[in-house]
Amino acid sequence: MKFWSCVRAIAWKDILSELRTREIICSVLVFAVLILVIFNFAFDLNPDLIRQIAPGILWVAFAFSGVLALNRTFIPEKEENCLEGLMACPVAREAIYVGKAIGSLFFMLLIEIIILPIFALLFNVAVIQPELIVVTLLATVGFVAVGTIFSALAVNTRAREMVLPILFLPVVSPIIIASVKASAISLAGQSWRDMTIWLAIIIVFDIIYLTVPVLVFPFVVEE
Amino acid sequence: MRIRILLILSAVLLIATIGLDMLLIPHLDTANTGFIQFSPIFYWHIPVAWVALFAFLCVFVASIAYLVKRQPFWDIVATTSAELGLLFTTMFLLTGSIWAKFAWGTWWTWDARLTSSLVLWIIYVAYFLLRAYISGAEQRARFSAVFGILGFVDVPIVILTLFVTKQMHPGDAAFHLDKPQMVLTLILGVVAFTVLYFALLFFGIHLKEDAAEISEMKNMVEEESNG
Amino acid sequence: MNNVTATPTAPPAVETVGLAKSFGNFKAIRGLDLKVPAGSSLAVFGPNGAGKTTLIKILASIMRPTSGKVLIEGLELKDDAEGVRAKLGLVAHQSYLYGNLSAWENLDFYARMYGVEDRVKRVSEVLDLVSMTARRYDRFSTFSRGMQQRMAIARALLHRPSVLLLDEPETGLDQQALGAMWDIIRREEAGKRTVIFTSHSFERALSVCDDIIIIERGRLAFKERACNMNLGSLKKKYGECTAAVKP
Repeated sequence: MKFWSCVRAIAWKDILSELRTREIICSVLVFAVLILVIFNFAFDLNPDLIRQIAPGILWVAFAFSGVLALNRTFIPEKEENCLEGLMACPVAREAIYVGKAIGSLFFMLLIEIIILPIFALLFNVAVIQPELIVVTLLATVGFVAVGTIFSALAVNTRAREMVLPILFLPVVSPIIIASVKASAISLAGQSWRDMTIWLAIIIVFDIIYLTVPVLVFPFVVEE
Repeated sequence: MRIRILLILSAVLLIATIGLDMLLIPHLDTANTGFIQFSPIFYWHIPVAWVALFAFLCVFVASIAYLVKRQPFWDIVATTSAELGLLFTTMFLLTGSIWAKFAWGTWWTWDARLTSSLVLWIIYVAYFLLRAYISGAEQRARFSAVFGILGFVDVPIVILTLFVTKQMHPGDAAFHLDKPQMVLTLILGVVAFTVLYFALLFFGIHLKEDAAEISEMKNMVEEESNG
Repeated sequence: MNNVTATPTAPPAVETVGLAKSFGNFKAIRGLDLKVPAGSSLAVFGPNGAGKTTLIKILASIMRPTSGKVLIEGLELKDDAEGVRAKLGLVAHQSYLYGNLSAWENLDFYARMYGVEDRVKRVSEVLDLVSMTARRYDRFSTFSRGMQQRMAIARALLHRPSVLLLDEPETGLDQQALGAMWDIIRREEAGKRTVIFTSHSFERALSVCDDIIIIERGRLAFKERACNMNLGSLKKKYGECTAAVKP
């Protein structure tokens, strides 16, 4: 299908471009580790305290690194006005959104795969658990879905780096809340059943924010 | 004319609500329970919350209408509604905070409903920040409409979170109003604030339309003088 | 309104009817009617701000007109957006190519986006056409302006468009590069492809185009066949049309 081959092409183009420079991944990784380190200074962390606030620290790190990574989504399309080149292509505009979102999802997941073991090491918390990984995956989908559309908005404004966090963080707060709660339940060793409601919130959020941005994206890029 | 009538009507209704609220409600607490439905602020807090949500719904509808019709009128409706929504959400947070101080001894708690309301408030502040950072009028209207849609679909999720965690917040008090006077006061309050909302909405739209007309006339004069 | 016609029976490759575009209160294009016959090439002149780039962007379907119609080979965008875009090739001010990717990767990407069937073969062909085969694995950001322009043309020709739009393609190119560029455009399927380009260079345009139009403040000020004009008369006509613009 034309739509999906274009989506794949766009996602692959972004991944290839990033693999060349490794700009996003390197700077975001350093930033995420910095956040973890700063939390260590900000709080007098003993094992009990860590257990209580570990999920929060993790999701603050993911949320802020996410903003940094997502800010870069549409910047390459602004250079050499490539977005116009994409718009001239014979494919639905929505394919641009989906392709970019998938590319960003790949970067975010890569960053998270690297951060989770570092987090486990620094805070001595067993975060590599199936429940937590599922929560992280689902929440990241939601982040990326929202972040991509807002990145498309923000890149056209005067202060793009400032605008994205302001738009993004309040809107994704439900999944941050739900992810922290679900992660806490997971780290406390409780089962899937206890976190059902939080997973449900994340999934509902994902469904809504996978469909609505696709519908409104053409309005963002048109001239 | 219509605006004047609505303003007078809402003033009358508000005074009636205040009257019932301050004079009648405290005397209903015969068992001296101190439950919130016996405190006057409840009858401000709930209607204001309702109107804030309604205002945001109007932003959502007006945003869709703008993207479909591309008439500046819908952008004006959306912006005015967002302003009012922000105003009412602020009032809602303030009344909630005042009540929390008297009921629980603290100005703020981070329970689900209050946090969600604060988040909603921030989303609509972000709406205006977005508008502030965009230069072209058409792009500003279009982007605000997109954000108006994306922001509003968050509301059900926020409300869902509210039903999931019932902590300090008395979630369902509104549905345990025993005395008819309480129901009457609440409904009166809702109606009063809704009328006030529409009065202010029409007034705001009127002002902005006039401003747009003046700006267009200025442009026409400028163009004519340039030849 | 006298329309320029070559073959009256074939539908025009590009047609606009009452085309208008406003940016807020500024009217960039006002009531433009144009008919460009298939296989011909049209040069568009006009002072800066006249609406040339806006016109090209609307024809390329990147920008929506405020009112009016655009027909590419008889089809409107709203009838078949993908079909229409597949027929259009665009060379704009910027190259639309990605600095971090190689020449090959850039063209391969766009070949996928345009659904070019014989992708690998076509990309090689086009690289050869613009004489960039030797540099195909080099990053686009390392190319000179002339090479970047050649790559932009390669990108535009990749999907064998029947209509090629160029927006001031000569900017920043030296004489040799200019000659090479026009050679490329005229070499592949010359005669079958319709070319519309904006220009500031009268001599070059006269030597390559069939028809000329002058746009002034969004309106069609002048239309003529290139064979009926020479450099002097064109310059004079341009001066007349643009004299109406207040300083």
